[in-house]
Amino acid sequence: MEPHELIVCRDVSLGYEGQTVLSHLDLTIRDGDYLCIVGDNGSGKSTLLRGLLGLLTPQSGEILRAPELQRGAVGYLPQQTRAQRDFPATVFEVALSGCLNQKGTRFFYTRAQKSQALMNLGKLGVLEWKDKSYRELSGGQQQRVLLARALCAAGRLLILDEPITGLDPAAAQDLYKTLTYLNQKEGMAIVMVTHDLGPALHSARTVLHIGQRGMFLGTVADYLASPQGRRFREVAP
Amino acid sequence: MMLLEMFSWPFMQRALIAGVLVSLCAALLGVSLVLKRYSMIGDGLSHVSFGALAIAVALGITPLYFSIPVVILAAFFLLRAADNPNRSNDAAIAALSAASLAIGILVISRTSGMTTDVDSYMFGSVLAMTWADVALSVVLCAAVLTMFILFYHKIFAVTFDESFSRATGLHVNRYNTLLAILTALTIVLGMRMMGAMLISSLIIFPALTAMRLFRSFRNVVLCAAVMSVVCFCAGLIISFVYSTPVGATVVAADLAVFLAACAARLLRR
Repeated sequence: MEPHELIVCRDVSLGYEGQTVLSHLDLTIRDGDYLCIVGDNGSGKSTLLRGLLGLLTPQSGEILRAPELQRGAVGYLPQQTRAQRDFPATVFEVALSGCLNQKGTRFFYTRAQKSQALMNLGKLGVLEWKDKSYRELSGGQQQRVLLARALCAAGRLLILDEPITGLDPAAAQDLYKTLTYLNQKEGMAIVMVTHDLGPALHSARTVLHIGQRGMFLGTVADYLASPQGRRFREVAP
Repeated sequence: MMLLEMFSWPFMQRALIAGVLVSLCAALLGVSLVLKRYSMIGDGLSHVSFGALAIAVALGITPLYFSIPVVILAAFFLLRAADNPNRSNDAAIAALSAASLAIGILVISRTSGMTTDVDSYMFGSVLAMTWADVALSVVLCAAVLTMFILFYHKIFAVTFDESFSRATGLHVNRYNTLLAILTALTIVLGMRMMGAMLISSLIIFPALTAMRLFRSFRNVVLCAAVMSVVCFCAGLIISFVYSTPVGATVVAADLAVFLAACAARLLRR
């Protein structure tokens, strides 16, 4: 594995209990990449994410992950659960829990970790709500807080699972802007599963389409010209 | 003074020490269980501990030595059922509860007969605690408190978001198991005094009350702990003065505080 490579999938097949959901995938994620994973429901997008996160061992082939990722230094934004939406915790408590993966065997947070959490809240423009309760925020605001938590945990890679589900168009637009900023200015590699193709394709650099009629991996322009991407040409720039 | 006189009875001293410790542990664990939508697990475990208690008495074994392993085993099972997305886990818990209750009652009816014993297992008795039980309560509660304080941040992370915690390398299953074991211990210890039917409210009510009043996780945990201990003491004293069953009185006190918290929240809006 090269140092600038974060995740390398070689001829990977993924699935559960003997059923293969996704087969023969070759994929490399490098520093500063912006990859959008699209596809129909049930095509295996979430399964692939679980594989990339190291939560699912491939049935065949191999997934190589950079050493820092193996230590858990990945910024993951999972889909929100209903229980989470009315969770009694302050914004600061939530963001700080992203630092947990650096604690090692220590039991409490250091001052440096607390200021890191505050800094990331600031970066996402939610610092003023740090003592507010998470459950009192709107969906878009909650998503920003979770992204701040992901940044606390991240080294060089953010993985997002359907980040704009339940957001209104303005909040979704904001989120895409933030992601573009993090990708271009901070050099953060981004892998995002989404079915909101239009805006996602504006910002992403590469696309992975998984579906019944074959897989596609390439640049956004190539994707729009491909048979899988032709359906979405009208939303292209 | 009346309070001094009340606590000059050894059985009241035992009830106070064990009760305060158990309510403290129940409240701490309860916050996490309620937020994880595991409230029913507490209820299921209390029914299992009733069945285990009945069998232990029938076999002539010290109840705690038999109940603790059985209930911990049940906790593992229920946790796995709750985490499995493919099965209807509420049905599994309901089935286990009813089955343990039925087995417990059958065993009792074949041995000692349906006497006041059953009543005391079901609804608790202030006389049930021995000094040995109290000693065990102190040790186990110290363990629960130490674990909770040391792993507080990890428990928060696992409670708030399991997927994220798992992705960032936390051993989520380990902490869920720890939670299940501690809950099982708390339930077994508290059951004799509070009763199998009522012990789960000790886990649920303080958390619900605290969640109505506070916004941060830390304050919810602290408030639940204080609320739980205060309600227990109030319930114990009232039950002594009016000769009511202690378990039911404590639950009534918890309910009163919960309703007051609901009212306070409505007024604040």
